[in-house]
Amino acid sequence: MVTYSKKVMDHFMSPKNVGEIEDADGVGEVGNPTCGDMMTFYIKVKDDRLDDVKFKTFGCGAAIAVSSMVSELAMGKSLDEALKISNKDVAHELGGLPKQKMHCSNLGADALHKAIQDYKKKKME
Amino acid sequence: MAGIIFLDNASTTKVDDRVFEAMTPYFTQQYGNPASLHDLGQSAEDAVEGSRRHVASLIGAKPEEIYFTSCGTESNNFSLFGLAKSLKGRGRHIISSSIEHISILNPLKDLKKEGWDHTLLPVDEYGSVSPEDLKKAIREDTALISIMHANNEVGTIQNLEDLGKIARDNDITFHSDGVASAGIIPVDVKKLGVDSYSFTSQQMYGPKGAAALYVRKGLRIKPYLIGGTQERGRRAGTENVPAIVGFGQAARIAKQELGKNAAYLEGLRNAMIEGIMAGIDNVKLNGHPQKRLPGNVHVSFEYIEGESILLLLNMEGIAAASGSSCVSQALKNSQVLISMGLSPTTAQGSVLFSLGKFNKRQEIDKTLEVLPPIIEKLRKMSPLYKES
Repeated sequence: MVTYSKKVMDHFMSPKNVGEIEDADGVGEVGNPTCGDMMTFYIKVKDDRLDDVKFKTFGCGAAIAVSSMVSELAMGKSLDEALKISNKDVAHELGGLPKQKMHCSNLGADALHKAIQDYKKKKME
Repeated sequence: MAGIIFLDNASTTKVDDRVFEAMTPYFTQQYGNPASLHDLGQSAEDAVEGSRRHVASLIGAKPEEIYFTSCGTESNNFSLFGLAKSLKGRGRHIISSSIEHISILNPLKDLKKEGWDHTLLPVDEYGSVSPEDLKKAIREDTALISIMHANNEVGTIQNLEDLGKIARDNDITFHSDGVASAGIIPVDVKKLGVDSYSFTSQQMYGPKGAAALYVRKGLRIKPYLIGGTQERGRRAGTENVPAIVGFGQAARIAKQELGKNAAYLEGLRNAMIEGIMAGIDNVKLNGHPQKRLPGNVHVSFEYIEGESILLLLNMEGIAAASGSSCVSQALKNSQVLISMGLSPTTAQGSVLFSLGKFNKRQEIDKTLEVLPPIIEKLRKMSPLYKES
């Protein structure tokens, strides 16, 4: 099998924060099934902080582990802090990702950022 | 590894104990070079020729029509490049299919640079090439047709006899890649009407490192490796004697047990397909429902992706394969599945369970037991899946 770090395997086997938030304050979707990965992030915001983060992911082991790690990193953070979570941070926290799977880590942070932008946009309206 | 349920026999097979035993003397006792004149050399030569007879007999060929190579890829390369060189005067067009192995498709791309045009025939939803399409694709300058016998992914078996007849009627040389079929289903090269046929040891419980190309007697083919006089000068280089001995034994055993093994595998395969269909919804069987390899179970699970299925199966000690883009190094979906008209999303959820003669019914039952919760777990995570 592809060699994933123990951390990746742990998150893949028991992902944190899987699911949807029905009355989410922001939703961010990236990727598409044709390219192999698709992630949807749901956030709940309270006093400019991420009160709840959930995700649903279609994809490989790395994509699922990345989603789980992003949700964990983001939980409880202020929106500004959450927007600073980078793809590099995610890969680093997971103990590295195989080279051909690095694109998965890009998707995770992107989906979270998209959800925050969606929330900000809704608030402006 | 003990306890592994190996359902990846399309990638390679475990070596039969009888084959392994037959090989062992050729490493440290009968280690001679078949080209040497002394007794040690001659006994190696005898062993290689004995293997050639077994290998030829498996596919209804004469021993002098068999060339030993190192792998299926080499056999396919040898055939395409060797025939292209000798057929240059005949034309500059090759017909093949869109579901061929890369060891056919990549040489075709390479030959294009040398002025060889090619047409890749489409396949229907089951992965079958239509004889009508072949007829229509033939041009005045078509010199070679190359259509695989059985597909290595979805297991569909082509109607080679009909395709071969069209080639013959039009006086076109016909090659077939039989890597997935020889030793598993009956092969008679004369009946199939092929001029050249690739097959390999490691798909029939023999060792890696030995394969063969059948070339019909009288057919002109240029050498592949150039050097000494081994393989009648068409494939120079010292023979891999232990592997060739193993191949010979594997071919002998395969011929003897073919009917029994195929019936056994079909039983296991059908039980597995039925079990998957009964236990899991939104799943599709890929490949031809009847004309398929006896051990092939290729399915697509909707809403989820193949690599994550394989990882979870691996955690349960089950080895399988997938045509999803995440599994391939090129990050591309299986071209075979796309050619058969599967949507990219469905193709992503594909898993190939390829069964072999060493698999036991209990292993299939265990797999059928762990599979539904794996599929369920991944679907619950998928944004594409809406629980009904």
